[in-house]
Amino acid sequence: MLSTEFLAQFYGALMALAILVYAILDGYDLGVGILLPPDNKEQADTMIASIGPFWDANETWLVLAVGLALIAFPLAHSVILQALYLPVALMLLGLILRGVAFDFRAKAKTKYQDAWDISFKLGSVITAFSQGFMLGLYVMSFDSSLESYAFAILSGIGVVSAYGLIGSAWLVMKTTDSLQAKAVAWCRKFNLVALLGVVAVSIINPLINDFVADKWFGDELSTLLLPVPFACIALFIYQDRLLANYKMQQSIGSSWKPFAITTLIFLLCFFGLLYSFYPYVVPNQLTIYESLADASALTFMMYGVVLVVPAIIGYTIFSYRVFWGKTEALSYY
Amino acid sequence: MLDTLLLSRIQFATNISFHILFPTISIALAWFLVFFKVRYVQTNQPVWLRAYRFWVKIFALTFALGVVSGITMSFQFGTNWPGFMERIGNIAGPLLGYEVLTAFFMEATFLGVMLFGMKRVSPAVHTFSTIVVAIGTSISAFWILSLNSWMQTPVGYEIIDGVFYPKDWFAIIFNPSFGYRLSHMLLASGITASFLVAGISAYRLLKDDHKHAPKLTLKVALTVAVILTPLQAFVGDLHGLNTFEHQPQKVAAMEGVWETEKGAPLLLFAIPDEEARANHFELAIPNLASLILTHELDGEIKGLNEFKGEHPPVKPVFYGFRVMVGLGLLMILISVVARFTLFKTGELPRWQLKALVVMTFSGWIATLAGWYVTEIGRQPYMVQGLVKIEELVTQVPSEHVLYTLIGYICIYALLLAAYIKTLFYTADKSVEVEEYELNPPMRGEQHA
Repeated sequence: MLSTEFLAQFYGALMALAILVYAILDGYDLGVGILLPPDNKEQADTMIASIGPFWDANETWLVLAVGLALIAFPLAHSVILQALYLPVALMLLGLILRGVAFDFRAKAKTKYQDAWDISFKLGSVITAFSQGFMLGLYVMSFDSSLESYAFAILSGIGVVSAYGLIGSAWLVMKTTDSLQAKAVAWCRKFNLVALLGVVAVSIINPLINDFVADKWFGDELSTLLLPVPFACIALFIYQDRLLANYKMQQSIGSSWKPFAITTLIFLLCFFGLLYSFYPYVVPNQLTIYESLADASALTFMMYGVVLVVPAIIGYTIFSYRVFWGKTEALSYY
Repeated sequence: MLDTLLLSRIQFATNISFHILFPTISIALAWFLVFFKVRYVQTNQPVWLRAYRFWVKIFALTFALGVVSGITMSFQFGTNWPGFMERIGNIAGPLLGYEVLTAFFMEATFLGVMLFGMKRVSPAVHTFSTIVVAIGTSISAFWILSLNSWMQTPVGYEIIDGVFYPKDWFAIIFNPSFGYRLSHMLLASGITASFLVAGISAYRLLKDDHKHAPKLTLKVALTVAVILTPLQAFVGDLHGLNTFEHQPQKVAAMEGVWETEKGAPLLLFAIPDEEARANHFELAIPNLASLILTHELDGEIKGLNEFKGEHPPVKPVFYGFRVMVGLGLLMILISVVARFTLFKTGELPRWQLKALVVMTFSGWIATLAGWYVTEIGRQPYMVQGLVKIEELVTQVPSEHVLYTLIGYICIYALLLAAYIKTLFYTADKSVEVEEYELNPPMRGEQHA
């Protein structure tokens, strides 16, 4: 049997990875949903075709993240989910709406199709907002004061724009012509909003959480990490300059760049949050060590993780390679 | 006032009942698709491709509904049943974890290739993806049924301070009721899917769809049904014997036996009365229950009165069991008659087609009834004989649970209506499609 310390770190890292991959992957397909134009059927079709082969698997990372919390840190899982009971329900509503709308919009009678398009967009916005809202409450240690809810609402808007950013970056990569031009404009706009959001959270978080302030400004390690927020801001600015005089491309060419830059921004922001809270899994209440499940059960599961996760990564890459390139008109099956 | 416990139970039942509808179809429908695809590869006849293309649309829709309702399930444990993971998480956790790792990702990723990649990958890779999706759905059933069966027949654990710890994983996974329950469920899925395929194909034929594909899928579905329905009766009987051994109080409720008796009759109908602890209006076949369960005419069946306070509510289990068995017998009858008619005359008369349309979703009803029997039959326990449900419920205020419950019920009702409508609408649309639209018929071929 493996030591509890190792297991806590291993499963903590794996859960963090699952959340990060989820935010990037489902982030872009939720973002595409958020951006769905209500008045342009053709563009909506192309946008949805671009995420068609992926959204199912993208959402599975959420199931993995929640599953890992459930399995490895059951105490934290129940504290967090009971505290977030209503926003979780709201998020599930959003996920259900958009998940089914994806299929219904193409298969239902014509007269219902617009309604399903709206459900898809609305579901995407609800999902993103409630995820941001939960993140906000989490950062506020589930405090139920007015300020804490205000912060959570801001955080909700922040996540909607972050997903809008990565969604539009995805579209810059996957589409052409007028839609690509639209995506470039969206991307630049969301880039700015997301920058403001990141700066706001970076200032507020250490102000309200003493332990976070200690982490960033306290010991020696932190001076090494201070470049992280600056690197993040630099990426935002680089992205803005890149998009300001963007040349449209008919093939992939270098149109993957905004997506790559946004992914890096996600990575840095996520790392910042992670560093702020480690080793807490419930801020100020429970560490990963305190809430760890039984070591023998987790050891048993680790065989599976070690064998299967590389395979998952492998066939995920395979699937992205199969659908690499600009999205073609939706050829259903 | 409804309390959090009751509301949470209703909410969980609502969620799981809605969820199970879709995997019940998709587990077996995935294998139907494998069959269609492989036949196409083997014969190169476009009709198989057409069958594949029609049913893959329905599969995609079904799968999507299964995914979204499944995500809801994964949050339910934490939001409504925190005690579940705190007490038995060390056993349930890894089983659920293996389901996510070995099934969910594989299904979802290869589904993308299967649905949208036909033009982008080689035919072999596409067929391979279709097979992987089917394997994934079955693996998923493996793990979740293992956990469910363990909750019915727990072994391989030890309890320290009320918390369960695994001792023997092999015993836990392959617990005494697992094999029976898994086979029973996989067969249920096969039957549900075959009646769905038969029902929709019959619907198309009734709408004067003269193409070859619906005739072909009708034949395939009826062939599968005529094999699986009697097999299910056999496996169901074995499963019942297993339950009789491990959960006699559940069988007593299924059979409506109050006092322990030798030579117990089989009740075709009765109204069990839990207050009077007796049945009204019994319609019975003498000694048959004993014969089925003990293989002796005067074998002993333990009555509910031996398990006072420990046995499930009788009515839902008793009626649920009769609905399941009744429908099962009807499905055997219909599939035998229809397959035989098809064998003799090569087509079905309209009344038989209509009967099949009526039976389109009969598998859903039988499967749900069966699950109610086995799950309500486990009450008042979460883990049979060890952990009661009330010990595990959340502290969330009851009105919050009420709001979410109302929300779920509304959205599920809407989705179910939309799903069924879209299914028939897809069938209607395909009726209008000309035979040669998808693939021009080959020279010399009358009609594909």
